[in-house]
Amino acid sequence: MRVMWLQSGGCGGCTLSWIGGDGGPLFATLADAGIEIVWHPSLSEASADESLDILESCADGRRDFDVLCIEGSLLRGPHGSGRFHVLAGTGRPMIEWVKLLAAHARHVVAVGSCAAFGGITAAGVNPTDACGLQYDGTNSGGLLGAAFRAGAGLPVVNVSGCPTHPDWVTETLLSLARDELHEADLDELARPRFYTDVLVHHGCARNEFYEFKASAEKNGDQGCLMEHLGCKGTQAHADCNLRPWNGGGSCTDGGYACISCTEPGFEEPGHPFTVTPKVAGIPIGLPLDMPKAWFVALAALSKSATPARVRQNAKADHVIRWPRPARKP
Amino acid sequence: MSRLIVGPFNRVEGDLEVILDVTDGRVRAARVRSSLYRGFEQILQGKAPPDALVFVPRICGICSVSQSAAAARALAGAMGIAPPANGRLVANLIQAVENVADHVTHFYLFFMPDFARPCYESQPWWRAAAGRFTAVRGAAAGDFLPARAGLMRSMGLLAGKWPHTLTLQPGGSTHPVNASGRLRLLRVLREFRQFLERVLFGDALEAVAAIASSDELARWAERHAESDFGLFLRAARALNLRALGQAGVAFMSYGAYEQENGRWWPAGIWSGGARPLDPARIAEDVSHAWYADATEPLPPSRGSTLPIADKDAAYSWCKAPRLGGEAVETGALARQLVAGHPLVRDMIEREGGGVEARVVARLLEVARLLPAMEHWAEALRPGEPFSVTGELPAEAECAGLVEAARGSLGHWLNIRRGRIHNYQIIAPTTWNFSPRDRVGQPGALERALVDVPVGEGEKSPVAVQHVVRSFDPCMVCTVH
Ligand code: SF4
Ligand code: SF4
Repeated sequence: MRVMWLQSGGCGGCTLSWIGGDGGPLFATLADAGIEIVWHPSLSEASADESLDILESCADGRRDFDVLCIEGSLLRGPHGSGRFHVLAGTGRPMIEWVKLLAAHARHVVAVGSCAAFGGITAAGVNPTDACGLQYDGTNSGGLLGAAFRAGAGLPVVNVSGCPTHPDWVTETLLSLARDELHEADLDELARPRFYTDVLVHHGCARNEFYEFKASAEKNGDQGCLMEHLGCKGTQAHADCNLRPWNGGGSCTDGGYACISCTEPGFEEPGHPFTVTPKVAGIPIGLPLDMPKAWFVALAALSKSATPARVRQNAKADHVIRWPRPARKP
Repeated sequence: MSRLIVGPFNRVEGDLEVILDVTDGRVRAARVRSSLYRGFEQILQGKAPPDALVFVPRICGICSVSQSAAAARALAGAMGIAPPANGRLVANLIQAVENVADHVTHFYLFFMPDFARPCYESQPWWRAAAGRFTAVRGAAAGDFLPARAGLMRSMGLLAGKWPHTLTLQPGGSTHPVNASGRLRLLRVLREFRQFLERVLFGDALEAVAAIASSDELARWAERHAESDFGLFLRAARALNLRALGQAGVAFMSYGAYEQENGRWWPAGIWSGGARPLDPARIAEDVSHAWYADATEPLPPSRGSTLPIADKDAAYSWCKAPRLGGEAVETGALARQLVAGHPLVRDMIEREGGGVEARVVARLLEVARLLPAMEHWAEALRPGEPFSVTGELPAEAECAGLVEAARGSLGHWLNIRRGRIHNYQIIAPTTWNFSPRDRVGQPGALERALVDVPVGEGEKSPVAVQHVVRSFDPCMVCTVH
C-alpha cells in the first residue's frame, strides 16, 4: 500500500507525534505491513524538483498510489483563491493539489482535527477560511464535499485529534492495508471507531474523585477536573486514558483538562478552555448520555457521602491521606 | 543569469520555497519565500488571556513546548508571579527534552539523509553514510526512532503528552511529580544518555562537552570516526562545510534555562565579541511581506498582522524582524557563542559560522543538556509545591522571551478589559528566514546562500539544501 502524505494549514504536530510512538520501530512496522511512503514532507529524501515529479505524476494518474494522507486544515482564503497556501515550487494553491490527488486515491485520510474538521486554524475569525477535507466544523461538506467517496468507496477517514495519538494513525494505516476498515468501522463523523467508541473519561485515574464529585480547584490538585477546571472527558470520544500517551501520560493525568480535541469545533468552546461554565452552580456540559436531573441528584448524594480521604486528597497536590491497610484484630 | 525556483523544500517543518539567481555556477542572490499563512495573531485577538496556552503550542508541532513557555512567561509577567523551585525545574526539563529531541531529530531525519544522496557516491565516506542515513530505510532511523520515543516518555511523565500540553502554566506545572515519577524520569534520561554515548557520539557526553577548540574537535573526530557525529565530521571536512553558508550577521540569544539567579545560558549578542541585548530595539518590517504596511517598522508590542495577498514588492508571508535595524542569526550556534562555549567561539573566530558550525553547536548542546537534565531531575522535591496561583489584571502589557531549539522566540501580549487585545509572535525562523526589509537588507539565510555553488544541471542544488537545512528551519513557526 503506497501512501502519499501532504501538509497544509496545520502545525506538523501529528507527524511529530506519530514518529514518537512507542509501539516499536515505526518504519519497520510499516515496511512489514507492506506500507510504502511515496512521499512525506518530513521524511522523504526527494526534495524540490524530485518531489514535484512525484506529486505531478500522482496527480495526473501516471503514478499509482493508494492512500492520500492530509495533515493540516485546507485554506480556502483569501476569497476562495487558496492563496494562503500556495504549495512551494508549484505556484498552485494546495487546495487544488489536494482535489487533484484525492480524485486518484483509493482512500483519503484526514490526519488530525485540522484536516478532519478545520481545527485550531479555523478558530476565532478564521482568517484563512480554513476547513476540513469533508467537514467544516460539525457540518459535512468541507473542501471535497459531502458526497465525496474515495476510490474504494469510503468517505474521508477522519483520524481526528490535536494532535493525533501515534497509534491512531498507525492502526488506521494498518487496517487499510489489511482491508479491515469498512464503513461500519467508522463512527457518525467518519472517525475510526477503534478509538472513538469510548470516552476520555474511561480509565481516567481521577475516576474515584469524579464518583464523589470531589473536585480540583487549582492547578496541581488531584481531584476531578470536570466541576471547575474545564474537563470534557465525559463528552470527548477518544481512548486517551486507556491507551497511554508517551509511555504513560494523558491530558488528565498531566493535571489539565481534556479539551475534547477529537471533536469538531473544539477550538471554539464558547468559554475559556480551562474554566467550567456553569448555570446555577451546575456544569453545562454534562456526561454525554446522562439525564440532567439524575446527574444533579446523584452529585448531591455522592458529595454528602464522600470519604474524608477522597475529599482531602482532591484539593491537595499529593496524597495526604491514603487508604489504610486493614489491620489484624 | 538563470533563475532557479527550489521547492517544495522538504525535511524542514512546513512549506518553503527558495528563489535563486545563478551566474557562473554560483548563487548571486536568494529570496526566501514562506508560502503558508494561518493567522494565529488574528485568531488570538479577543480571547481570554489564559486561552493563549491552548492556541500557541499549536502554532508548531515541533517546538510546541517552547511556544507554551513563552506564553506562560508573558502571562506570569502580567500576573506578577513566578513558579516555585519545582515548577521552574519541570519547565526547564520539558523545554530541554524538546530541545534535545528537536536537535537529534534534525540530525537523524532532516539533515543527514542528504549525505546519502547518489551525487556523493564517489566519496570514501558515502557507503557508510548511505547505510546509516538513507531516508526512511537507513539503519540509523531504526536506532533513533525507538530511542526518541524512549526520551519522549519523559513528556508523558511530566507533561501528560507531547506535543500540545497544558502543563506549563504561569504559576508552574500542573503535574506534581511524586517520588516514583522522579525515579522513572531519571531512568528515562539515563537510557537516552546511553543511546547518545553509544550511537551518536561513541564517547561520554562530558568528554564531548569538554572539547574546547577546533583542533581538539579534529583530533576527536579521528578517534571517533565510527560514531554518527564522527561520520558527519568526516563528510563535513571533505565537503568543506565550514566555509559553506555563512550569513555574516550578528548572533542573538534571549538566554535559556532558569536558575535561581538568572539564566544558565545568558542573553546577548555576539559579533566578534559579546554585547548585551536590548529587546526594545526589536522591530518588524513588512515591506516585502504580504501585510498592510505601517509607515515604519513596528516594535512587536505595537505590531499588527493584516494579510493582503496582492502587494507588489512582497514575496513572503514572513515578516522581517530586525534588531536596531540589523538582520541577526539565531539558534544553537548563537546560544553557545553568547554562552561562551570555547569550541564554538574558536570555530567562529577562525572560520566563521557556516553549515558545520551550526550542526556542531546543536550536538554540543545535546551533550551539555543531558547532564543538566539529570541534575534538574535529581533536584525535584516531591511533596513540595509545583505551582502557585495568581490573578490576571484587566489591563497589562508583557513579553515572554525564551529560547526554542531553533533560537530566540518572543511573545508580546497586550491585555485590555480582560481580553487579548494584541498578541505578536516572533519565532526563530522568522529571524533566520526573513525576507528583505525596506532598505533592501536580506535576512540571514538569504545572505548565507550567496556564493553557494550550483553544479551543472542541478535543479535543486545539494549545497543549497545543506545550507537551508543547517538552520533547522521551522516554517510553521515562522509565519504562524
Ligand atoms: S478529570 Fe475528566 S476524564 Fe478524569 S474523571 Fe474527571 S471528568 Fe472524567
Ligand atoms: S484527553 Fe481530550 S484533549 Fe487530551 S488528547 Fe485526548 S481527546 Fe484530546
